[in-house]
Amino acid sequence: MPISRADVQHVARLARLALTDEELDRFQSQLSVILDEAEKVKRLPTEGVPPTSHPLPRVNVWRDDTVGECLSLEEALSTAPEVEQDRFMVPRIIEEGP
Amino acid sequence: MTTVPLSGLTAGELAGMLARGETTAVEVTEHAIARIRATDDLLHAFLTVTDEQALADAGAVDEARAAGEPLGPLAGMPLALKDVLVTKGLRTTAGSRILEEFRPPYDATVVARLRRAGVVVLGKTNMDEFAMGSSTENSGFGPTRNPWDPTRVPGGSSGGSAAAVAAGQAVLGIGTDTGGSIRQPASLCGIVGVKPTYGLVSRYGLIAFASSLDQVGPFARDVRGAATLLEAVAGHDPLDSTSIPDAPTDVTSGLERGVEGMRIGRVAELFPSEGTEPGVLARVNEGVDRLERLGARVEECSLPSFEYALSAYYLIAPAEASSNLARYDGVRWGLRAKDATDVVDMMQRTRETGFGAEVKRRIMLGTYALSAGYYDAYYGQAQKVRTLVLRDLERAFERFDLLVGPTTPTVAFPLGARVDDPLAMYLSDVFTVPVNLAGNAAVSVPAGLAEGLPVGLQLIAPALGEATMLRAAWAFEQDLGFDERPREIIVDDRARIAPNGDSPDAVREVRP
Amino acid sequence: MTSPVTEGTATRHYETVIGIETHCELATATKMFCACPATFGAGPNTQVCPVCLGEPGSLPVVNGRAIEFATRIGLALSCRIAERSQFHRKNYFYPDMPKNYQISQYDEPLCVGGHLDVEVDGELRRIGITRVHLEEDTGKSLHVGATGRIHGADYSLVDYNRAGIPLVEIVSEPDLRSAEEARAYAEELRAVLLALGVSDAKLEEGSMRFDVNISLRPVGHAELGTKVELKNLNSLRSLYRAVGFEAERQRRVLADGGHLVQETRHWDEGHGRTEPMRSKEFATDYRYFPEPDLVPVEATADWVDGIRVTLPELPAERRRRLAETTGLGPKEVAWLVRDPEVLAYFEQVATGRDPKVVATWVMGELQRNLREFERAMADNPVGPERLGELLDLVAAGKVSATAAKDVLAEMFTSEAGPATIVERKGLAQISDTGALEAAVAAVVAANPDLAEKYRGGKQGVLGALVGQVMRETRGRANPQLVSELLRRAVGGPGGPS
Repeated sequence: MPISRADVQHVARLARLALTDEELDRFQSQLSVILDEAEKVKRLPTEGVPPTSHPLPRVNVWRDDTVGECLSLEEALSTAPEVEQDRFMVPRIIEEGP
Repeated sequence: MTTVPLSGLTAGELAGMLARGETTAVEVTEHAIARIRATDDLLHAFLTVTDEQALADAGAVDEARAAGEPLGPLAGMPLALKDVLVTKGLRTTAGSRILEEFRPPYDATVVARLRRAGVVVLGKTNMDEFAMGSSTENSGFGPTRNPWDPTRVPGGSSGGSAAAVAAGQAVLGIGTDTGGSIRQPASLCGIVGVKPTYGLVSRYGLIAFASSLDQVGPFARDVRGAATLLEAVAGHDPLDSTSIPDAPTDVTSGLERGVEGMRIGRVAELFPSEGTEPGVLARVNEGVDRLERLGARVEECSLPSFEYALSAYYLIAPAEASSNLARYDGVRWGLRAKDATDVVDMMQRTRETGFGAEVKRRIMLGTYALSAGYYDAYYGQAQKVRTLVLRDLERAFERFDLLVGPTTPTVAFPLGARVDDPLAMYLSDVFTVPVNLAGNAAVSVPAGLAEGLPVGLQLIAPALGEATMLRAAWAFEQDLGFDERPREIIVDDRARIAPNGDSPDAVREVRP
Repeated sequence: MTSPVTEGTATRHYETVIGIETHCELATATKMFCACPATFGAGPNTQVCPVCLGEPGSLPVVNGRAIEFATRIGLALSCRIAERSQFHRKNYFYPDMPKNYQISQYDEPLCVGGHLDVEVDGELRRIGITRVHLEEDTGKSLHVGATGRIHGADYSLVDYNRAGIPLVEIVSEPDLRSAEEARAYAEELRAVLLALGVSDAKLEEGSMRFDVNISLRPVGHAELGTKVELKNLNSLRSLYRAVGFEAERQRRVLADGGHLVQETRHWDEGHGRTEPMRSKEFATDYRYFPEPDLVPVEATADWVDGIRVTLPELPAERRRRLAETTGLGPKEVAWLVRDPEVLAYFEQVATGRDPKVVATWVMGELQRNLREFERAMADNPVGPERLGELLDLVAAGKVSATAAKDVLAEMFTSEAGPATIVERKGLAQISDTGALEAAVAAVVAANPDLAEKYRGGKQGVLGALVGQVMRETRGRANPQLVSELLRRAVGGPGGPS
């Protein structure tokens, strides 16, 4: 099933990718081809088959509530593109968070 | 010390030489670095070479040995580390421009274990960007070339590490395998590559591609080398919730026991009527026959869900990747787009510029597969197919100790041959992905050449069945023997080959 | 609570339908998925590590204590603890989210289907609890620009200390019907959390916050109306006011024949109104999928029972017990039970003493002094033993209640015992008849008109005379004795003139 250009634009927005028009076109056709292949999964009868999210059957992996080592302020900020007042600086945020 | 051609030595042989004082770790490291310098302009296996640190580490091993300290089998081994594992303070790119200058503030657990074992890390190797690819052509920094034929790909995504070991730049390598990214390059480069059971090796510090599929594993010239390296890095890590506690990590003790009486299943779905090159098919069939001659009982079996594994993989892996790669947004590390009007603009343009086409494609695919209205049909359905693959394998392992088939349908293909055809590229993984979906272990072991290029035989084990599968691989390898021919010659004979990989005839002339 | 809305010629009765989502930071020592300290107030980005920063390659590991705390909350709210629950990723991009996904729970939460009984105007209302689940908190942004709020900011600065702190989300059914009920629910929930010891529930510090969904629907209709969401209300007062305002706003819109829009609105505390928030440019599709880095949680019956037996007395139980043992009224009981520290203090002082008297002092003078000296109960300098001693002195008549107030104030700045302070300040109550008679006689002599009125039957004026004697004796006279002496001195109707 082909994916529409509107879908591609929507998905690009969700994924925070500023695609060019050329990319939108190219990805639209490439994704359609790939999805066609991937759609094969729909053909397998899976009535009553539970999904697998984890290949190995482990449960309840917990740790103790004991304080460990943190990064130093320097280490934490060492990768930051821009820093001010010991914080990560970002350009203006327009939208409120969800 | 006379020049030791590393491409001709196994890790065990090298360890013996070091133990007997025939050479030193520093000498070995110097040789490896010289080799890299001489060959990497052509091969481009490495993104970062840490010669100073490597020599220092080698020196420390020599000192420890001189002081009579007990040293493990990997002490002083020169190793190529895929640039997908974080190394504290040392540039780690995951093959991406978005992390071109990223210096992680911490070490991966695997890296810490390698250091404790006395391994000498030569540097960080090239890879498909964020491990997405089967040829290393998706690297943001240019492709790696196959030492057997520099006009061809080394496979991917761990192409750099595989090429480094195949070319004798290093004796050991570390890669990662999400859909075949260790096994397929091992096959294409004529070396041994292991994908361990999911959870056997810690993922803490592994830059994630698909969290429920990724595993770190070893490359080596020989099975024992790979097994020894696997032992050194395997084992529970409390920092990784998916890591197996009390896992058996001894995979070398029973290596020489042979395959007498082993029940091996030849999986029909791994021998489809079309798609596999005749040369590959021939070597693999010969390989299966060899196993029988060695005492294994081989029978046919069918795992029907394998037909759908690739489709399921290409929904699950991109879905998890689309989420794992969301953190690359220019806020805390990596590339940041300039002159942004606001933070969303900054994020969008950063990711647009920093990510390559394949990564963007998979992020889009994954986002779509998870999006409202499509989850059940795509991601949800793929997870059910995954259950069926698991069940098929469980059923098969009631009858068999191991399963066998080719690692990949073709030998190394030419650079550029598949970059414009994503589906064709994805088909490289058709025989390897079922193992990742189920979380089982598998190994690719060299099975000879087809038209002068390596072919790999894949053995698949049940979860935590590494010891069995490596035992079979060892027996196979010992019987087949090692093929040393082209690597040294091609790579050393740089004068005969133009840097863009022309004049394949010149190459063929040189082969005995 | 319903009210009529006239639309055109028809008048319909609408009821307000309210649901509250409470986010509460857990009082664990470490964060939800890493070992960084989960404390408040450290310098920015000094309580972070590769995991809570979401550094490439990092992986989460669940804090077992957070699971335990969340289970306790679920049990206290009579929920069913799911045999199997799972963490999910909630995917969205925002600078305060290090991974640009939040590890949360989606369709397999830890606790489901409970209730909280809330007393409103003497009536007990059972409010349904849909679910309780665990998630991680986000970092905090400082907006730099004109107003300090998001709108109009030039840029923002992010601190990730808070990122990864364990959060519990408690979702109520839309069973609340008024601002009063909403506040009562919030107060009771807070009391429960404090009693369980799972959170310090400090609204002002943001460790407890409310999101409210409000809609109106005609009485008798089952379908919910268009709902409006109010986010991040961080005090009981703003919860109460915001809900009240919004319900009224919606009523007016309907009365004017208008339509309500499903939206998120912001409560402006300063102007006392809700305002529309900027509409979202990008649709929020969270693309939930099971968190592959974390394995499922299986809560066996044994394990849950093990936690159930450690549950403390909950506020409702406590109120019942307190009312029974002390005979105090519901208002006093509710007040005392609200804060476990206050309750513990009260119970200590009240042991062996009249609970009504103790309650009066704890709720009255003690609170007043705490406010004046800007202390919280946690750093109350007057320990229960010292207050107890003071009340004993009053009961024994050694110091008058009036004078005792001064003594208490003094005890806030001095470590001395009450008896010492009484002596030091010369506040010992004068209970010696002989010593008082002179003062009594003087006051009677000075107030012939009042004395006349008393003899004439106006019993009330005795108070004024008592007051004067108290002033004469600088508050030290035993007021009961003074009353008696005055009565004798003034005489009854027809007494000595």
